[in-house]
Amino acid sequence: MDLDPEDVFKDEEDGSDNEFFQQSASSKEYVVYLVDASPKMFNTTCPGKDQKDETHFHLAVSCIAESLKTQIISRSYDEVAICFFNTREKKNLQDLNGVFVFNVAEREHLDRPTARLIKEFDCLQESFMREIGSQYGIVPGSRENSLYNALWVAQALLRKGSIKTADKRILLLTNEDDPFGGLLGAAKADMTRTSLQRAKDAQDLGISIELLPLSCPDEEFNVKVFYADLLGLDGEDLVQFMPSAGQKLEDMKDQLRKRMFTRRIIRRITFDITNGLSIQLNTYALIRPAVPGAITWLDSVTNLPLKIERSLICEDTGALIQEPPKRFQPYRNENVKFSMDEISEMKGISTGCLRLLGFKPLSCLKDYHNLRPSTFVYPSDQEVVGSTCIFIALYRSMLRLKRFAVAFYGSSSHPQLVALVAQDEVAKAGVQIEPPGINMIYLPYSDDIRDVEEIFPDTDDDAPRADEDQIQKAAALIKRIDMRDFSVSQFANPETLCSTAGSSSRRR
Amino acid sequence: MARNKEKLVLLLDVGPSMHSVLPEVEKVCSMLVEKKLIFRKNDEVGVVVFGTEETNNDLTKEVGGYDHIVVLEDIKVVDGDLIDTLQKLPRGTVDGDFLDAIVVGMDMLIKKYKDIHKGKKRLCLITNAVHPIKDSLEGTKEDQVETIAAQMTAQGMKMESVVVRGRLSQDANKRIMDENDRLLSIFSKQTLTRTVYVDSPTSLLGALKTRRITPVTVFRGDLELSPDMKIKVWVYKRTQEEKFPTLKKYSEKAPQTNKFATHQVKVDYEYKTVDGASKVVPPEQRIKGYRYGPQVVPISAAEWDAVKFKPEKGVKLLGFTDASNIMRHYYMKDVYLFIAEPGNTRAILSVSAIARAMKEMNKVAILRCVWRQGQQNVVLGVLTPNISQNDKLPDSFYFNVLPFIEDVREYQFPSFNSFPVSWQPNEQQQKAADELVQMLNLAPSGKEEALLPDYTPNPVLERFYRHLELKSKQPDAAVPPLDGTLKRITEPDPELFFENKSVIDALRKHFELKENPKLKKSARRLLREKPSGSNDEDGDADVSDAQAVNSIEKALVVKIEKIGDLTPVQDFEVILSRRDSPEWVGKAIKEMRDKILGLLSDSHEGDNHLIAVECIAALRKGCILESQNHTTIFCAILTCIASRKE
Repeated sequence: MDLDPEDVFKDEEDGSDNEFFQQSASSKEYVVYLVDASPKMFNTTCPGKDQKDETHFHLAVSCIAESLKTQIISRSYDEVAICFFNTREKKNLQDLNGVFVFNVAEREHLDRPTARLIKEFDCLQESFMREIGSQYGIVPGSRENSLYNALWVAQALLRKGSIKTADKRILLLTNEDDPFGGLLGAAKADMTRTSLQRAKDAQDLGISIELLPLSCPDEEFNVKVFYADLLGLDGEDLVQFMPSAGQKLEDMKDQLRKRMFTRRIIRRITFDITNGLSIQLNTYALIRPAVPGAITWLDSVTNLPLKIERSLICEDTGALIQEPPKRFQPYRNENVKFSMDEISEMKGISTGCLRLLGFKPLSCLKDYHNLRPSTFVYPSDQEVVGSTCIFIALYRSMLRLKRFAVAFYGSSSHPQLVALVAQDEVAKAGVQIEPPGINMIYLPYSDDIRDVEEIFPDTDDDAPRADEDQIQKAAALIKRIDMRDFSVSQFANPETLCSTAGSSSRRR
Repeated sequence: MARNKEKLVLLLDVGPSMHSVLPEVEKVCSMLVEKKLIFRKNDEVGVVVFGTEETNNDLTKEVGGYDHIVVLEDIKVVDGDLIDTLQKLPRGTVDGDFLDAIVVGMDMLIKKYKDIHKGKKRLCLITNAVHPIKDSLEGTKEDQVETIAAQMTAQGMKMESVVVRGRLSQDANKRIMDENDRLLSIFSKQTLTRTVYVDSPTSLLGALKTRRITPVTVFRGDLELSPDMKIKVWVYKRTQEEKFPTLKKYSEKAPQTNKFATHQVKVDYEYKTVDGASKVVPPEQRIKGYRYGPQVVPISAAEWDAVKFKPEKGVKLLGFTDASNIMRHYYMKDVYLFIAEPGNTRAILSVSAIARAMKEMNKVAILRCVWRQGQQNVVLGVLTPNISQNDKLPDSFYFNVLPFIEDVREYQFPSFNSFPVSWQPNEQQQKAADELVQMLNLAPSGKEEALLPDYTPNPVLERFYRHLELKSKQPDAAVPPLDGTLKRITEPDPELFFENKSVIDALRKHFELKENPKLKKSARRLLREKPSGSNDEDGDADVSDAQAVNSIEKALVVKIEKIGDLTPVQDFEVILSRRDSPEWVGKAIKEMRDKILGLLSDSHEGDNHLIAVECIAALRKGCILESQNHTTIFCAILTCIASRKE
């Protein structure tokens, strides 16, 4: 066990394949959680199971904690900062009132999450009132504007890094839809104006501000009162904005958790419907195997990481080979050589876009027509206006006529035939379970399909078949072991749990 | 190896009605032999053509008859000559008799191998079967076929028949075709014959398996329905991706005169400390570290063993559920086939009963599988019924892997109904889309389904093997373009699109697409502080910025590793932003320095100076972004440039 075979024996050609499964570090995300800590967040509760009510503040904090735990395993390159506003104490580089940046030792304010951050954040609930405290930051007669301050602090935290290599987001969690509601006249107008300007400045720098509103039991969070302006929502965006629906704690938690994820686009692709009619699609990886953390080799004496150097040695002469070598395939008693350029030329059989070839009834898509996890596609009008409209029309036709599209997806690493299957939106209690869109299913080629005739042993007789009586008995059995509410993602992978439990316990 | 050696006789119809598809027959047969040369060098192949003017076979000499059948190659171990023969098949002049050809092929196999190698002897017939076979002297044609079929089974021979029909044999006599189909179906019923009908050259290439992989079980044991109810099953792979072959690295170091040079390359790995000393660390001093956030946690093999998840081998049923609970797009991997233990009638009946009940009730089963003892992961998946259409084959199940919670990203997407009216298709637009989905039909009833995965070859692999064969003869041959037959896989069928021209035109008329006018502005907003665009004029700046965005996006895909001449600034920014190794930053800065120095020294009357200044600006910005440390490096570089200038 000298080498980690996964890591080292990767051929250059496998690189892109690998990219398919892992998020590359170059698409980092910087997130500032901006949590309202006003008394209203503590006074409002939502009913949970077993009569245990939880405050909105608690709800927000526990969702962040949960999301940090997922993040450290799956997206540990992303950086986070946690920032409270409407606090009694202040702690921030700008020394602004009513804003408290939470952090732990050995960590910058905006940094990758550490085990220590997670651990101390878990205990925060108990110490919050003592150490940070809750206090309205916007009161009549005072010039203080805690929302303005909070946005300023968050923007300053996100100054790090280039917008080109990282997504910068501010996630604002609050249950107050009218922060300046208590003010009057010029003071109100002035504060509203400065806050909006601050938000706009941040947005102009490429920072996206997202609102995760918490509805109070008696009234729904009304985004139009103030935040629509702050977020820059108008017309169509406003309609798309989903207010938190359910009143139940579990639903709200579920919703918050889901919204904390950004929808990370893996690729923007062009979908050629016919010559001259090409629309723009974004692809998303909704289902990918979560790989257990990569292995880093350490020197056991110093615990410092080691670097692995690969050298190519000529077996005939023992000389070191510097330039990337050619490849060869022994064939007909000689070695047929290929340059790397030639290899990529052979693979490059298409232009990289998705080309429509036709449609088939859904029954043509067999259970064995599968190779890899599917990819989700959703339209975008960002570059080509009108894309969404055609997409929706085709999507609705396919749903109604129970057909799927066959297309050729000419990616450079894996040119493949794909099935485009329309998926209707599924929602339960206001929580979206299946998003509306099209799933791209990678189809096998005949080379990838094994002959059944080869698998089944040779016999002269017909195969035995169950009779009606036996089938009825089997049906009775099926009824007895029926899981009515089964859904995928009910099961956690015991392997990953095991390994992360192992590493986190070592840290603590 | 020897026991798996396949003995194959190709029976190829080269009669006049086959001429149009013979190029594809030549391709698929030479591909078959080519793959044997690479993967199964000991297989033996013979070639028989029928429908020829001439006659040349043993039977005609011994008993007479069997006219217009030529044995092109006797059965022998595969070699390159065989490919050459198959690439130049003779064009026949008479309508062939496929049954005679089958008999000739069987005779060759019987004479060569007697009755040994049962199950390894195979006939492969490619014909369009549109011409009548000769009447037999005694009994009907059916009787004759049955006698031959019985003999085939007794000898342990298998047959594969590829019947080329449809578009490729349009004006054939329907009655004769039906008769021939009936006769061929006798073979399917009574022997191990796989009969495939294809109606396009593309599916002809895919219909014949050019590489046979001996199936291996993934698991043999109990399917546990409950602790005291178990069915013996064997599990195989049903699909598995055939990857582009991994080619060996070639070393050119050995002198050309050395005839015994292997030209192989050994890959060696050294583990070195990162401090200045770069000491090699011996294997026993290395320990694996696991990332947890930014920290790395060292865990020794012994500790790892203690926390390692060690499930027991076994396949257990968790329960049944409605098929609608499992979305098709949850399938994660290639597909398995569960069959009842061969020869175990009780097991076959149980699988059959459960599969049929599941089908009737529209249920699927959820399983938890550990295929091998010592396997460290558990697989959760869905078992779906596969009701056999062939009397010879028992019922079975397909198994697809499902995701665990960690594997699912629950992104939310806005509902289409919530979009503004301008984004919603109106009634006419919807109608145009409906028409398209209905008319652009790849699986019209009564015709062969086009692009059926089972008969569609991988164009990349086809191209590789063809190129390999070509290069073995002409070492400097260029990569051939995709031919028309393979283009049917990567591009729309012009015929189908032409037939539906009106539908497509209607679609084009009803939908309008235009470039987003706002895009350039927003792209510019994001790029405002970037030095990439040197042009200050407003209109042009827009364009170049948009191009910069494009070039960067593309560059990220191809992973730029060097700073080129065309877009040095963009290349630099891309390399700098790579985060897959800490080395990139240093590399980017070093390369940029060299580039700037190069630009200045190659400059003719200052023509490069403008670019050089842009590069310096980008370098400065990059250095500041990266860290304090790099800023000092930048200063050092500037000093260096200044001294050079003097």
